[in-house]
Amino acid sequence: MALVEEIDYGTPSVHSDTMVTLTIDGEQVTVPAGTSIMRAAMEMGTKIPKLCATDSLKSFGSCRLCLVEIDGRAGTPASCTTPVGPNMVVRTQTPKLEQLRKGVMELYISDHPLDCLTCGANGDCELQDMAGAVGLREVRYGYQGENHFDSVKDESNPYFSFDPAKCIVCSRCVRACEEVQGTFALTIDGRGFASKVSPGMNESFLGSECVSCGACVQACPTATLIEKNVLAHGQPEHSVVTTCAYCGVGCSFKAEMRGEEVIRMVPWKDGKANHGHSCVKGRFAWGYATHKERILSPMVREKITDPWREVSWDEAIGFAASEFKRIQAKYGKDSVGGITSSRCTIEETYLVQKLVRAGFGNNNVDTCARVCHSPTGYGLNQTFGTSAGTQDFDSVEHTDVVLVIGANPTDGHPVFASRMKRRLREGAKLIVIDPRRIDIVRTPHVEATYHLPLLPGTNVAVLTAIAHVIVTEGLVNEAFVRERCDWEAFSEWAAFVAEPRNSPEAVEKISGVPAQTIVDAARLYATGGNAAIYYGLGVTEHSQGSTTVIAIANLAMATGNIGRPGVGVNPLRGQNNVQGSCDMGSFPHELPGYRHISDTPTRTLFEGAWGVSLDAEPGLRIPNMFDAAVGGSFMGLYVQGEDIVQSDPDTHHVTAGLAAMECIVVQDLFLNETANYAHVFLPGSTFLERDGIFINAERRVQRIRRVMSPRNGKADWEITQDLSNALGYPMHYTHPSEIMDEIARLTPTFAGVSYAKLEAVGSVQWPCNEAAPEGTPVMHIDHFVRGQGRFLITEYQPTDERSNRKFPLLLTTGRILSQYNVGAQTRRTENVVWHEEDQLEIHPADAEARGIRSGDWVRLASRAGETSLRATVTDRVAPGVVYTTFHHPMTQANVVTTDYSDWATNCPEYKVTAVQITPSNGPSEWQRRYSEHAGKSRRILADAAD
Amino acid sequence: MSPDKLVYMANQIGKFFASQDHADGSKAVDGIATHLRKFWDPRMRREIVAKVRAGEAGGLDPLPRRAIEQLAAGE
Ligand code: SF4
Ligand code: SF4
Ligand code: SF4
Ligand code: FES
Repeated sequence: MALVEEIDYGTPSVHSDTMVTLTIDGEQVTVPAGTSIMRAAMEMGTKIPKLCATDSLKSFGSCRLCLVEIDGRAGTPASCTTPVGPNMVVRTQTPKLEQLRKGVMELYISDHPLDCLTCGANGDCELQDMAGAVGLREVRYGYQGENHFDSVKDESNPYFSFDPAKCIVCSRCVRACEEVQGTFALTIDGRGFASKVSPGMNESFLGSECVSCGACVQACPTATLIEKNVLAHGQPEHSVVTTCAYCGVGCSFKAEMRGEEVIRMVPWKDGKANHGHSCVKGRFAWGYATHKERILSPMVREKITDPWREVSWDEAIGFAASEFKRIQAKYGKDSVGGITSSRCTIEETYLVQKLVRAGFGNNNVDTCARVCHSPTGYGLNQTFGTSAGTQDFDSVEHTDVVLVIGANPTDGHPVFASRMKRRLREGAKLIVIDPRRIDIVRTPHVEATYHLPLLPGTNVAVLTAIAHVIVTEGLVNEAFVRERCDWEAFSEWAAFVAEPRNSPEAVEKISGVPAQTIVDAARLYATGGNAAIYYGLGVTEHSQGSTTVIAIANLAMATGNIGRPGVGVNPLRGQNNVQGSCDMGSFPHELPGYRHISDTPTRTLFEGAWGVSLDAEPGLRIPNMFDAAVGGSFMGLYVQGEDIVQSDPDTHHVTAGLAAMECIVVQDLFLNETANYAHVFLPGSTFLERDGIFINAERRVQRIRRVMSPRNGKADWEITQDLSNALGYPMHYTHPSEIMDEIARLTPTFAGVSYAKLEAVGSVQWPCNEAAPEGTPVMHIDHFVRGQGRFLITEYQPTDERSNRKFPLLLTTGRILSQYNVGAQTRRTENVVWHEEDQLEIHPADAEARGIRSGDWVRLASRAGETSLRATVTDRVAPGVVYTTFHHPMTQANVVTTDYSDWATNCPEYKVTAVQITPSNGPSEWQRRYSEHAGKSRRILADAAD
Repeated sequence: MSPDKLVYMANQIGKFFASQDHADGSKAVDGIATHLRKFWDPRMRREIVAKVRAGEAGGLDPLPRRAIEQLAAGE
């Protein structure tokens, strides 16, 4: 294996219908009009020396190394900033150019420390390369002149260092931060010789606005900005292309390796989801794979109060299987079940649901998507006919109006947010519907045209009011609706939304959003050109989550914003493989490909392939499992890679359910909170240690590739297979590709997907089959999957979770950039420097009324429970609303969330909880007890395996 | 499983389907019954049916009640 080398064309590619032919060094080349000479030359394999240009950034023309001669033109223009012209004759190498380039390099080198042999970038330095390319042999100015050798290094960022002594002020970093990331954290301070790169107002990287995305590090041609890991270990020697295991953006990375050790993760330019960009998590936060707390041996215990005993794989698997069999014999076939993980691969989730359906013989399988995007599945299925976002990420480049509702892309989906921000800087308009003033409402060079700071729980009312404006002002795209949708359903819907109780004035009273803002936002969405809706868990995690998804789909249909690039309905998925785990039949009512378990032809197909008969009745969903456990009819659970105790709502109810069960098998990397209630622990492997497929939020099917052997000894699919075999349902896969082949045989939307196909084309978006051999970037182009689009009435039903005298504030929850979900991975990396603890955001007025200042400990209480954390006083949240994240187990924000849930899917209502905030002295009694309990249940007997 | 919780959930489902039906409610009743058949595990359906039969589902709204009676008749 070798390093995956990427060609740097110097300037970005250009799309044009006009092609231009020119001659470079005697050879003809044809490129789209507007392409730079530098890029045209590289297209034919000719490297023109360059320093300030790189193809992820617009050309800048500052280094003067890329000069060329053009027949009939005076002087030596820079090839990076000069576009090609028809019949142009260009020379890239002449004695004059050689002289000029040597002169430029001499100036650079005279102010550059010559410690090349011991420099971290040795072997990967463009300055070095260019010195060689231009034939630099002497530096006539000597090295004794004025220089920057004594500049102080900035080591504040945990992952990369900044050594200004090596900076050539090419400003690639500054431009990367602006153009690629959109954070504008860096500037060139000063002029001429005194000019230097500076984060913020002469701050350190850590103290500045920098979000540690790594774009500047990647763009830097020298060792000025460099990964600390490369400094510590040296250059990587081979690399493997894989996919980030954190969020639903699904960024492609090159895992750059030395042997089995990851040196760095570098975003891959050909990755179709990220086009060479990354965020701090995927780029840097993979150290958890080798964290000392990772469990590497299987463990069992009789009772959850016992310490863990390390055992062999055979013993652990055998024990788990015999317990499940015993429980089924005692309580019936339906008394056990499994939970698949959106963090595992599609092959692994497919196997877990197969084990439950074929091995356990019931349909008690669910997935963590239950608690995030299950309403997306229901709502989009009812209206459009399939449970998925309609677009690819590239679509945003054709969008004129972006509507973001209940999502916080800069924190949750940062790489996509960077694309979105770029489009907004180009002039697209932004509408944000969110209780909080999230970052994208106002960031450098981006400002939302309208922010609708609604009260948590009033999404349906606000969206229906937007529809009211669209219908009553005649802004419906009638031609589209008549051609593509069920006209009768539309008419009923239109009459409903037009009712006065759905008017902006009426909804202002419910939602707190000024009527005029609703009117303005509706007009902009309906008439501003291509309009696209992006939404997240702020939409789904409500008692009316499914209704909100339906309301979103209604808006897109009514305005004809569906079926072409630039428009659509786009759920931003939380975890890397939420889409895939849902696609793979992880829900108790459906088989892979969203086919209901009661559908006899589908069931017969699977029965034939699996050689068993399948139960035609739906099984239990996660919240129902806890209820059934407390009720005594559900006694055993196999949990793959999911921390339900920390991530599911109403912790007291969850733990009561778990404590009531007789056998819980947890398969994970760490002893998570759920493992505190487990009897068998099966150590899982990381995404670096196995092969498989993740499917991102745009339905993109992408490979993860094994770059090191599993430290725990087995890939996760092997563990499930072993368990199935021990249960008496045989599985004999030798590689995940065989599981993929089975999925393709049984699932029409995946019929064209195989490892060979992915090897050939990189990635595809499902449906991928005979009708769409190269996949489907945009769905519902000529007709909806269900035929006609279906409007449904979206009556607003206030949640029963209301503020009252005892609990006067509304709590809503979310996440931040540097941490991921329950934090099990990110908390075990240096990302903690950005977020050591969960904090409670509270408006100054509410804080003052309670005598609370920033940094104070406060008690957060609801009718479900209470916890303590520190407060941050900020007007980001409206009066009456408080906000926190749920990344840390000690805070356990879910102790206070309630068991209210979405009417259709039981997706919990995380986003609205009535609470009271009072000053406190520190962690609550419950937190102290919990911490003690967690400590106890994590004990492992020394040398037990001997 | 807490029967009150099932009644609460059935009422939630009932509200959605009620809003889709401006006629005599039979479309809503079908919608609710289908939803329960498609998404509720049989033991949950059995429990709520038993509750209704025993006259213990006092809090149940009329439309979901009709839907559950429809389920009961079918089982
Ligand atoms: S790491 Fe990203 S955000 Fe930070 S300075 Fe570099 S480009 Fe900007
Ligand atoms: S830090 Fe690197 S990229 Fe930035 S100006 Fe200096 S040499 Fe160029
Ligand atoms: S966490 Fe998401 S945005 Fe960040 S690198 Fe991974 S996939 Fe990309
Ligand atoms: S590469 Fe063209 S001026 Fe620097």
